[in-house]
Amino acid sequence: MIRTEGLTKTFAVDKRIGKITAVDRLDLDVKAGEVFGFLGPNGAGKTTTVRLLSALIGATSGRAWVNGFEIGKRDQEVRASIGILTEQPGMYDRLSAQKNLMIYARLYGVPNPAGQVEKYLRMLGLWDRRRDPAGSFSKGMKQKLAIARAILHEPKTIFLDEPTAGLDPEAAKLVRDFIEELKTEGRTIFLCTHNLDEADRLCDRIAVFKHRVIKLDTPSRMRTSMFGRTVEIQVRHADEPMLALLKHFDFVKSAEWVDGKIVAQVDDPESGNPALVKALVEAGAEVQFVSELKHSLEDVYLSLINNR
Amino acid sequence: MRIRTLIDKEWNEVFKNKLVLFTVLLLPLVFAVLPLVQLATTRQVNPGELSDAPGNIARLCDLQGLTSAECMQTFLSQSFMLFFFLMPLMIPVTIASYSIVGEKTTRSLEPLLATPTTTAEIIVGKGLAAVIPAMAAGWLSFAVYLIGARFFVVSDRVYAAIASPVWLVGMVLVAPLLTLFSVGAAIVISSRVNDPRAAEQLGALVILPVLAVFIGQIFGVIALNVTSMIVFAGVMLVVDAGMLYLAAKLFQRETILTRWR
Repeated sequence: MIRTEGLTKTFAVDKRIGKITAVDRLDLDVKAGEVFGFLGPNGAGKTTTVRLLSALIGATSGRAWVNGFEIGKRDQEVRASIGILTEQPGMYDRLSAQKNLMIYARLYGVPNPAGQVEKYLRMLGLWDRRRDPAGSFSKGMKQKLAIARAILHEPKTIFLDEPTAGLDPEAAKLVRDFIEELKTEGRTIFLCTHNLDEADRLCDRIAVFKHRVIKLDTPSRMRTSMFGRTVEIQVRHADEPMLALLKHFDFVKSAEWVDGKIVAQVDDPESGNPALVKALVEAGAEVQFVSELKHSLEDVYLSLINNR
Repeated sequence: MRIRTLIDKEWNEVFKNKLVLFTVLLLPLVFAVLPLVQLATTRQVNPGELSDAPGNIARLCDLQGLTSAECMQTFLSQSFMLFFFLMPLMIPVTIASYSIVGEKTTRSLEPLLATPTTTAEIIVGKGLAAVIPAMAAGWLSFAVYLIGARFFVVSDRVYAAIASPVWLVGMVLVAPLLTLFSVGAAIVISSRVNDPRAAEQLGALVILPVLAVFIGQIFGVIALNVTSMIVFAGVMLVVDAGMLYLAAKLFQRETILTRWR
């Protein structure tokens, strides 16, 4: 659904600074129905990437296809087949919510504009406020309206740029739930976000990006590949020789005492844990809890960005 | 269809702005009523009152054998006629400034640019949304003036000077070209300004060419006739082509998103 080959975008800033490369040889292959997270710090080139893939700006080099249409050659078809939620909702504040959506329904050539507008206003809980000017809406309501605008024409691929930024927890949850719903409908979602917890929950795969892709994988594989899998064992009456005992196992990469617990990095906990527990018990330890210590996506992200 | 939607959107939004509405409604009213008041108050003129008129006007009046009142009405109405050219300049610049800069400040241009609407459709839609009310207002107030003047002129000779081919050519040919110039100027200015009022104030500079003609005419430097009006139209055509080319160059998706400030 989204494919790029060496996609590059360079901007000429001024004579002193010269050129800056916002997107550098980006290679992506986002599958149909996938929720793809695009994570990166401010100024990493995420919005530029979304603009390139939405056929809003042209690439300096490289090629890209969205929904089968090549960017730069079939831009109008690209734009007709995608929905985009920009960083700012950008509604027409003096016009009613309904009028705002009607304009876009007509611009996208939606067959039954009034019906489609009603469907999404109801779905997002805005129907009762349809006649109110968009300018009178709260930030969360405006964001919901902007989401409705992005999907009015039932696009196959949706670009969401910081969809929950600045929203209160309730509104953010509503937006996240709605993204989950879009996912179940089989749409491809390209999600730019700073909210790592959100990316962890929603995305099938994520790319950590700073002008170029630093790492691309599923959130869980990214954790494993970077930090391995860590098991936390809480024992009563443990002593130092027990740590040495654990380190004899081939699948144990490291073991240490942390806050009165044994924290061991292991290759395959599902297979190895029973042997570990048995060895500890035989050595006289009273095992109270065994759990997997999960690294957050934030750990992964910060490690990738800071080590670059 | 998309152009119509855009025009509809522009009118729906921009006419909710009281300042724009005020400009579009008040200007035509003022420019239709003021010259009529001037005609009504110059029906009786003493010959001595013409002493302030430029020499060329006085000579022309003598040459044509006009009475003092006829001379005064002809001179003033000719001067006021140029104000009908101000509407095609001022109304589009006001509408287009609020429309484009307004969209810049509310960040609503990007979602619009992300639709399948072409750049040409957006420019034509926004342009027509500014041009149509300006032309309608200009022609309507001119028509009101032509009808009203019939009741206040002192003679058919004065009316013939008002409803002369010069001004008919001007309103039919020059006025639309002035509106296009105004829209082009508004787009160029809007690309560099973030406040609609600043854009409108800068845009007001578009009236300078007409003011120059107005002053030139008062001082007898410029004689307006059908030929000079056609020459003026020709010049405006060239200026419009340049201005619209520049506007179209600035109004490109990438330029708007990456260079407009």
